[in-house]
Amino acid sequence: MKRKLTMIQAITEAMDQKLADDSRIMLLGEDIGVNGGVFRATEDLIHKYGPDRVVDTPLAEAGIIGAAIGLAMNGKIPVVEIQFLAFIYPGFEQIVSHAARMRYRTRGQYRVPMVIRTPYGAGIRGPELHSESVETFFAHVPGLKVVAPSTPYDAKGLLIAAMEDPDPVIFLEPTKLYRAFKQEVPEEMYRVPIGKAKVVQEGSDVSIFAWGAMLRVAEDAAKQIERENGLSCEVIDLRTLYPLDRDTIIASVKKTGRAVVVHEAHKTAGLGAEIISIINDEALIYMKAPVKRITGYDVPVPQFSIEDDYLPTAERVKDGIMETATF
Amino acid sequence: MSSLYQVLSPAGELVGDLKGQLDEATMIKMYENMVLVRQFDRKSINLQRQGRMGTYAPFEGQEASQVGSAMALTPGDWLFPTYRDHAAAIVHGQSMARVFLYWMGHMEGSISPKHLNIMPSCVPIATQMVHAVGTAWASKLQNEKHVSIAYFGDGASSEGDFHEALNFAGVFQTPTIFFCQNNGFAISVPFSQQSASKTIAQRSAAYDIPGVRIDGNDIFAVWLTMKEAMQRGLEGKGPTLIEAVTFRYGAHTTADDPKKYRDQESLSEEWRQERDPLQRLRVYLENQGLWNETKETELIARVNEQIDAALVEAESYPKSKPEDMFKHVYAEPSWMATEQESELVKPSKQEGIPA
Ligand SMILES: Cc1ncc(C[n+]2csc(CCOP(=O)(O)OP(=O)(O)O)c2C)c(N)n1
Repeated sequence: MKRKLTMIQAITEAMDQKLADDSRIMLLGEDIGVNGGVFRATEDLIHKYGPDRVVDTPLAEAGIIGAAIGLAMNGKIPVVEIQFLAFIYPGFEQIVSHAARMRYRTRGQYRVPMVIRTPYGAGIRGPELHSESVETFFAHVPGLKVVAPSTPYDAKGLLIAAMEDPDPVIFLEPTKLYRAFKQEVPEEMYRVPIGKAKVVQEGSDVSIFAWGAMLRVAEDAAKQIERENGLSCEVIDLRTLYPLDRDTIIASVKKTGRAVVVHEAHKTAGLGAEIISIINDEALIYMKAPVKRITGYDVPVPQFSIEDDYLPTAERVKDGIMETATF
Repeated sequence: MSSLYQVLSPAGELVGDLKGQLDEATMIKMYENMVLVRQFDRKSINLQRQGRMGTYAPFEGQEASQVGSAMALTPGDWLFPTYRDHAAAIVHGQSMARVFLYWMGHMEGSISPKHLNIMPSCVPIATQMVHAVGTAWASKLQNEKHVSIAYFGDGASSEGDFHEALNFAGVFQTPTIFFCQNNGFAISVPFSQQSASKTIAQRSAAYDIPGVRIDGNDIFAVWLTMKEAMQRGLEGKGPTLIEAVTFRYGAHTTADDPKKYRDQESLSEEWRQERDPLQRLRVYLENQGLWNETKETELIARVNEQIDAALVEAESYPKSKPEDMFKHVYAEPSWMATEQESELVKPSKQEGIPA
């Protein structure tokens, strides 16, 4: 049967199916029970699975994440919701000092299979600290996997894969895409493998790398530039930010010889720099132009009166593409 | 411990001792301020609904806590509000136009009037509490006779920062007032599920600082408790934890729908009927011959005029420019950001098609 779901519906379905499938799965977070989560990702799950498996916690991110670590070490698979990415900071120490290192410290004796889900990114006219895109913090920490889907299909498949992963996974959900569009999503449980990028559109002149909400911007720019200048763009959705899918990145730039990275995170030390570095290491001699980065700026994500000026636009991406193309 | 300190009963009768501290002019000012901020709050919700403002956090029902505590302060004191404490900020001297600006998505809405120390609304829960320990500590070290007040909700008392703040303040005996508005809910989670301790005030025992639980809808109780806490702080006797028990009639924010987790209408109606902070003071003032219908009508007209003027000011404030985001990130901008800024204003340079 063909059904179309929004990303948030796909995410809910992934959790619902895993809750039914595996009694070790537990959801924890602020307002996720009766209220169904501030974005309704856990809507009605408390009624289906009860308050011991869908837990409204006290307001304490270090407590939630720390408790989840213990639960994970002792046989559960906690799926934590943090209301907005910036509110992960009180729990940051738990993530980097403990979740990420427990396997390492105990020489594999203890594992922390858990998922931390959190909405991230700008473009929703949110209040201060509701629009951050700081994926680098997590991609920088050995021991964590970092995932950022850009479609309902991938969101469901990646979240199921994350819940089955033996390591802690930071699952970044682009807030702007939660309800932006619907897509056909299979009813059964399926997995989208963590660590694999997706070639969204094949092309021969320029490779464009993006993830999350920026994928749409990249696709938009690619379409426009193809129409306006006849340039053929290969658009790649990285989907997993750690570990990066190096093979797909390299295969693409070997073909095109040009690349543009698009991310809404701040430019300096953003993942764009890492992708460029990978290209330098593995494919420098294939390159016809320096790789361009189209990113957010090195400023706090501004309040919403000028939020749109912070975010990369298709226009800016097109400029970047033309710069590499005319280098 | 779980009994409430009360001075003015819900029926508008004095049930406690005013200790000769509250004169009639102050009482009238209390009422006028509460009416002002209630009108402001209602106006803000309307503006949000009309799309002239972003998501807004209302406080109607909590006026006595915010107004009473802020009125007790003196100009040099430090005020740390959350995203819900604009009433306290306004009463302490923040301009309503700035508060509007903030909710319209402009950073300039966080600027404090020069002679006051009103901090920006704090969005991450409980994080401002430790700052209020720091400013108070400095005041003490510098021999400045000022207190710092941190506002927070019942949910905030679960965060680590709450405990660290109380502990620090206790150890260093800082003149900090921890002012909790316990409105019973942290978004959807009721206090009974937030904490196993019956009250927030009792937590003070763990840090050996005074803790009081008061009727947060009784502005006299709020004001007198604050005065005592301030005096204690200024005498070098350290911090106080105040738990003001109150209720917020409306949603958590304009983006939230409380019907899912609480019996919104009947709970709000019950508090409105039986415990409303404005109503009880009005009855008291009327019984004292200090207030009447004519004054009420005149007051409403006057505050609405002030609010409208503030709105005109906020809406005619120059629009933020994209380059504004690069300002004030550092004292001296980084070369990275400066370069990025010049790219921002750079015209599109799509000239040729590649060979
Ligand atoms: C560190 C952090 N976690 C989560 C949030 C999201 N959030 C905003 S307000 C709120 C509830 C706060 O409840 P309480 O402290 O009781 O204050 P109230 O809003 O009721 O005045 C939550 C969970 C946040 N702002 N900061």
